[in-house]
Amino acid sequence: MKAWLNVRAAVAALVVAGLLLLPLYTSLSGNVFALTLFTRIVIFALAAASLNLIMGYGGMMSFGHAAYLGIGGYAVGILAAEGVGSGFVQWPVALLASALFALVIGALSLRTRGVYFIMITLAFAQMAYYVASGLARYGGDDGLTIYKRSDFGGLINLSNRVQFYYLCLFCLFGGLYLIWRIVNSRFGMVVRGLRSNEARMQAIGFPATRYRLVCFVIAGTICGLAGALLANNTDFVSPAVMYWTRSGDLMVMVILGGMGSLFGPVIGAIVYLLLEEFLSQVTEYWAMILGPLLLLIVLFGRGGIDGLLGRFNRG
Amino acid sequence: MLLVVEQFLNGLQFGLLLFLLAAGLTLVFGIMDFVNLAHGSLYMMGAYFAATFVAWTGNFILGVLLALGATLLLGIALEFVALRHLYGRDHLDHVLATFGLILFFNDAVRLIWGPAGLALPLPAWLTVPVPILPGIHYPAYRLAIIVVALVVALLLYIVVMRTRLGMLIRAGASNREMIGALGINIKLLYTLVFGLGAALAGLAGLMQAPILTVQIGMGENILILAFVIIVIGGIGSIRGAFLAAIFVGMIDTLGRAFLPDLLRQVLSSAAASTAAPALSSMLIYLVMAIVLVVRPEGLFPANRR
Repeated sequence: MKAWLNVRAAVAALVVAGLLLLPLYTSLSGNVFALTLFTRIVIFALAAASLNLIMGYGGMMSFGHAAYLGIGGYAVGILAAEGVGSGFVQWPVALLASALFALVIGALSLRTRGVYFIMITLAFAQMAYYVASGLARYGGDDGLTIYKRSDFGGLINLSNRVQFYYLCLFCLFGGLYLIWRIVNSRFGMVVRGLRSNEARMQAIGFPATRYRLVCFVIAGTICGLAGALLANNTDFVSPAVMYWTRSGDLMVMVILGGMGSLFGPVIGAIVYLLLEEFLSQVTEYWAMILGPLLLLIVLFGRGGIDGLLGRFNRG
Repeated sequence: MLLVVEQFLNGLQFGLLLFLLAAGLTLVFGIMDFVNLAHGSLYMMGAYFAATFVAWTGNFILGVLLALGATLLLGIALEFVALRHLYGRDHLDHVLATFGLILFFNDAVRLIWGPAGLALPLPAWLTVPVPILPGIHYPAYRLAIIVVALVVALLLYIVVMRTRLGMLIRAGASNREMIGALGINIKLLYTLVFGLGAALAGLAGLMQAPILTVQIGMGENILILAFVIIVIGGIGSIRGAFLAAIFVGMIDTLGRAFLPDLLRQVLSSAAASTAAPALSSMLIYLVMAIVLVVRPEGLFPANRR
């Protein structure tokens, strides 16, 4: 039997406790900035976790995952601009739009393999980027300001920082729970099996593309939720959230944290965004440090942070 | 008529430029199986080196040659220090590592040359319009790009298909263990190929520099285009890259030039002028998606391993 008290579980528990107690710290210290920063981190952790579902467990290396951030965000932004302020309408539309987009591009992209898959997902995300740039009515290149956050009646007030933070955290934990359930279900076993050996799975009789597509759509939908949260967080949505470097950021978070580990992407998002924040305070040229750091992590730290933590257990 | 010929040549010129970039990418990809996102950074460095050396020496040709050499050395150094350790790793590792390099190069350029863009002024003899057909003039510099790129493409073809080095390169692409077992220094070969790819990217960057400004991030958009090209053309295939590059260059240029007018025929002029730029930017991605759906391995897949 596996010991429950290992380093990996301890770190995950620490992260969960830290995230839960953060508003307490910020209200005691008056450090509002930390709360804003971590709201952003939690949202990106959700997006990275959804990417991990297809990349880490499903072996589908999507380089266009930021498209859903934009689609979820634009669903909220466009509805708000058209006078539909209710979150009960905005959010389901955001999820539905992301799911639909994932269904269409997944059905086309999953015909390809390997690097071709990376590139075709990238191409579709770029298309979404240019469509958003062409939406002259909704700001085009300059983006769309959201004057009022999603309205959930008396249920929750998104303009309240603490309430919004907990909502994001709730979405993150909910998303992680969902991913955990999916990965350990029969469905998840099939998807993971397809990553390990597609020929065998097909020989047993599983329709590979159909299983992958469902997984792809679920991941896209979860990321669409992150997009809706992000748009509410920044009160703004622009084509830039869909740019390919954003997709690259998400991939880096997943790989940095550790692919195919439930908490890896969360840790990856925290480390990556904190590093970005910290280095940009130290020097204006923070990317000159972050870039080579990523290179070193790839060269010497295989399996990401989660892989490093796993090594403690054996050592 | 004048406009059509001019835009056609512009498309050809842009396509050939894209080919230079895509050729390096597809060589590195086909032979080392290495996804190099930092290829666009080498393109940018070529342009910055050229702007610096031309201003420094006061001679356009000399500056450009120095810049080419500098990009070649930079590519070799990059491969030697970091990237050679990544061959044989997962593609995702390549993506992460070279994504880090993009971040590094963008900020390094900002530190050295400042955030404002540079200009690479042309010498007087390259700015004159040249009559190509009776009554039709075309800028000498763009014509020079077409000629240089065609010569380089031809040289590349000769080197890859007709020389011993090219034979080794092709052999390395089809079976790296075997060629290593035959006593070929595969590491040196890889370094050479990477350097060659870097020099081609640098050449594309410095030739594009006088037309656009030299600025940070200039390599990123065009890198994606180069990836689109090698995917359409079939990864590892230089012939495919050449045809796909011309094709993409044409579609992009002609789309930007004529799509607004075409749309105006069917849409109101206000709607057309807002939709056209987005649509013409999307056009190549649309083409790529269609190609991949119909031919998942690209149009001209290189020889199977």
